Amino acid sequence: MSEEKYIPKSKIAEWFDSRLPLLSMAHHLREYPTPKNLNYWWTFGGILTFCLITQIITGIVLAMHYVAHADLAFESIEHIMRDVNYGWLLRYIHANGASMFFLAVYIHIFRALFYGSYKAPREMIWIIGMIIYILMMATAFMGYVLPWGQMSFWGATVITNLFSAIPLVGEGIVTWLWGGFAVDNPTLTRFFSLHYLLPFLIFGLVILHIWALHIPGNNNPIGIDIKQRSKDTVPFSPYIVVKDLYALLIFLIIFAGIVFFVPNILGHTDNYIKANPMVTPSHIVPEWYLLPFYAILRAVPSKLGGVIAMFGSLFILIILPWLDTSKVRSAVFRPLYKIFFWILVGDVLLLGYLGAMVPEGWYLFFGRLATIYYFAHFLLIMPILGFKEKTLPLPTSISEPVLDGKN
Amino acid sequence: MNNSYLLLTTIIILLIAFLYLSWIFVSNEIENKNKDKKNRRDFLYTASYTLGAVGVGAVIWPLVHQMNPDASVKALSTTEVDVSAIEPGKSITVLWRGKPVFIRRRTQEEIIEAQNIKLSDLKDPQEDKDRVKKPEWLVMLGVCTHLGCVPLGNKGDYKGWFCPCHGSHYDTSGRIRKGPAPTNLEIPKYEFVDNNTIKIG
Amino acid sequence: MKNSYKNFFLIIIFTIFCLHLNLQASEERTSLIKTDWSFKGVFGKFDRGELRRGYQVYTEVCSSCHSISELSYRNLSEKGGPEFSIEVTKNIAESFEVIDGPNEDGEMFPRPGRLSDKFVKPYPNIQASKAANGGAYPPDMSVLVKARKGGAAYIYSLLQGYSDAPEGYVLDDGVYYNKYMPGNQIKMPNVLSDDLVEYSDGTEATVEQMAKDVSSFLTWASEPSLEARHKMGFKVILYLIILTTLVYFSMNRLWSRIESKE
Repeated sequence: MSEEKYIPKSKIAEWFDSRLPLLSMAHHLREYPTPKNLNYWWTFGGILTFCLITQIITGIVLAMHYVAHADLAFESIEHIMRDVNYGWLLRYIHANGASMFFLAVYIHIFRALFYGSYKAPREMIWIIGMIIYILMMATAFMGYVLPWGQMSFWGATVITNLFSAIPLVGEGIVTWLWGGFAVDNPTLTRFFSLHYLLPFLIFGLVILHIWALHIPGNNNPIGIDIKQRSKDTVPFSPYIVVKDLYALLIFLIIFAGIVFFVPNILGHTDNYIKANPMVTPSHIVPEWYLLPFYAILRAVPSKLGGVIAMFGSLFILIILPWLDTSKVRSAVFRPLYKIFFWILVGDVLLLGYLGAMVPEGWYLFFGRLATIYYFAHFLLIMPILGFKEKTLPLPTSISEPVLDGKN
Repeated sequence: MNNSYLLLTTIIILLIAFLYLSWIFVSNEIENKNKDKKNRRDFLYTASYTLGAVGVGAVIWPLVHQMNPDASVKALSTTEVDVSAIEPGKSITVLWRGKPVFIRRRTQEEIIEAQNIKLSDLKDPQEDKDRVKKPEWLVMLGVCTHLGCVPLGNKGDYKGWFCPCHGSHYDTSGRIRKGPAPTNLEIPKYEFVDNNTIKIG
Repeated sequence: MKNSYKNFFLIIIFTIFCLHLNLQASEERTSLIKTDWSFKGVFGKFDRGELRRGYQVYTEVCSSCHSISELSYRNLSEKGGPEFSIEVTKNIAESFEVIDGPNEDGEMFPRPGRLSDKFVKPYPNIQASKAANGGAYPPDMSVLVKARKGGAAYIYSLLQGYSDAPEGYVLDDGVYYNKYMPGNQIKMPNVLSDDLVEYSDGTEATVEQMAKDVSSFLTWASEPSLEARHKMGFKVILYLIILTTLVYFSMNRLWSRIESKE
C-alpha cells in the first residue's frame, strides 16, 4: 500500500525511525486506506485482537497463583477464587474469555465464508488464519485440563487416546504425550507449559495475518476491488478505529453480562468435581466451541475413521480457496451460494448441538447426516456452484452502490 | 495502602489521557493551519476519551492488586509461641511471616550488660528498656539490618549476635555495635497473652 | 446497517438458544422443587439469617460426614457471608481441634482452631471417609452447589426427596430411594427430620426450613464472592452502556463527514 510517506515531526523521531521504522509503521497503520463500505461483520478482527490480549494478561496473572501439580491444582484454583485479591474476577474473565474468543472467531470465519475473503489474492491470510484457529483449539483444550476437574481429566484422556488410532506408532505417541501410562501429573505440567507458550505463537501469527492482509488490502461486502482510493476508502484512524471500538464495547457488554451474572453457564458442573481416575462422568463433553468436531468424530463408526474425519473437516477448510471455483467473491451477488451458506451455518449449529448429545438413535443418525452434508458442502457444492451459478451483475465500484443507499 | 495505589493509578491514567488529548489538540491545530479547515475538538469526543480513561484505570487496578498479599497470607500475620520451656540464657527461633524471630530468655548478667551503656557509644542509639516489654524476654527479628542474613547467637564481641556475612556485631539487646549494619535488630509487634505465651504480629 | 443488526442478533439468539438446549438436554429427571432464592437474579444477595441458620445445620447435621475443606473459619466473619462478629467467629474456630506440628519432638499435636485455619475435616482422607460410610465417599461440600446440575435447588430437593421405593422397585443393599438423585438410588440416608436442630434465632426447624437454609449456606460456600460480583457487575455494565452511547454518537458525528462529502 503506498500512501503518503511518513514525515518525522522532530529530530529524535527522524533518528529513531531511520534506524527502526516503527513510527513509519504506525503512520501506515493510522492512514491505511480501508474500504468505506465495511459493515459490522468486519469489526471482529479488532475484537479478536482484544480477546487475545485479554487472555494473555489474565492468564499471566493467574499463573502467578496457580499450581500445576495434580495434587494441588484444583485447590490452587479455589485459593484464587477465595483468597487472591480479585481472583474470582480474573478467573471468570479468563474462563469466559475463552468462550468469547471462540464466539468471535466463528463469526470472523463465517464472515470470510460469506464474503469470499479467502479467495485470491487473500489465500495466505486465510491459511494463516486457519493455523491460528488450530492453535487456539489446542490452547483451549490444554487450558481446560489445568483445573484438574473430572471433565479436565476425562476430556484429556479421550482426546489424547485418539492418537492411538494411528497405525503402528499410535500407542507410542500416546505414551509420549502422556509422559506415563495414563493422563497424570506429567501430562498436567507439560500442558501448563504449552498452554503458556502457544498464545505467544498465536500473537506472532496474528502479526503475519495482518501483514498478509495489508498487501492486497481488506475485502469488503460487495467483493469489488478498490478503484479509487479517494472515493472508495477512508483512513483507518479515526474512522475504523472508532467503529471497531463501538463494536468492541457492545461485545464487552455481553462479555460482562456473562462474567458478572452467569459465569458458569457455559461450563460443565462436573468440572467442579476433582479429577478421579476411578470414576468416569456419565457424559464426557468438551467445551461448546469444540462440539461440532466432537460430533464429526463420533459420527464415523471406526476409531481411525473418526479421527480422519475430524482432522479432515479442518483440512478441507484450509484448502477452501481452491475448492471454490466461483469468479465472484461476495455472496451478496451469489443468490444460490447465499442459501447454501445459511444451510452450512445451520448444519454446523446442528453438529454442535449433537456433539453434546449421546451418540445413539436419532442423535447419531442426524450426526452422520450433518457430517456428510458438511463434507458435501465443501467437496461437491462449492466446486459445482462456481460453474453453474448465475451470479447477479456486479457494481462497477465501491462508491457507486453507497450513493444509491444500498449496502 | 489500597487507596494510595488506586489514587496513584488513576492519576497516572488521567495524566496520560490529558497528555494524549493535548497532543491531539496541538496536532489538530497544526493540521488546521495546513488544511485551513474548521475541526472542533467537541465536548463529545473529550467526554468519550475521559470516560474511557477512567475505564482503563479501573481495569488496571485488579491486575495490580492481585499481586498484593492475599487473604490467606494476611490471615497468617500473627503467630503464638509457648515460651514456658525456655531456660534463662537460652533462645528459640520461630518463623513469623516467613522470617526468623529470636526469642531469648536473658540472664540477669545479660540484662545488666544491656542496660549499662552509654547511648553515645551506639550507632543506632536506643535504651534497652525501649526494646523489651519484660527485661527477661528479648523478642526481635533475626534478620541483619545490613543485607538480610540471619545472625548467629552467642557469638561476637558483644556477647550477643554476630552476622557472618559481612561482620556485624550485635549486643545483648540486639543493638548494632560494630560492622556495616545501619540499625538495631528490629523489634516486631508482640504481646504477652499470658505469662507463658507470646503473640507476635 | 439495520440488516446487519438483525442478522447479528438473530445469530446470537440462535447460538444462545442452542447452548441453552445443550445445557438442559441430556438429563431426563424429575423437575426440582421450586422456591425463591434470595441470591438469584441480577440484584441477588444472600439472606444473613439463612446463611447463619444454614451454618448451624451444616455443623450439627452434615459435618460429621461431609468436609467443606476450602472454607476457612475467618470466612464466617467476612463480608458477603454469614457475617458473624469476629468474637463469635473466634469462638467457633476455637471450639474445633486442629492437628498441628511437627513440634520440637517431631510429633503432631492438637490445638484449638484459629481464624486462619481451614474447616476441620471429619476424616483424615478419602479412604477413611469411604471406609466409615459403607464404601461411599460423602463428597466435600466446598463447591458442591456448582458441581451439581440444578445447584441449590437440587440440594434443596434432594434433602426433601426421600420416600419409600415405588411398588416393585428393586433397591440395592445399603441404598436409599430418592426422587431427585439421578438413578434414584443414594447411599446417604435421610438425615433431616422436624426439629432436629434448635435454631439460635428461634426459627422453627422444619425439614423444608433446614433444607432451604443449608442450601443457601452451601451456595455461599461455593460462591463467597457472589455479592461482590453482582455489585461490581452492575457498575461495570452501567459504565459500559454510558460509554457505548457516547462512542456511538462520536462515531456518527465522525462518519457524517464521509457520508456528506460525496
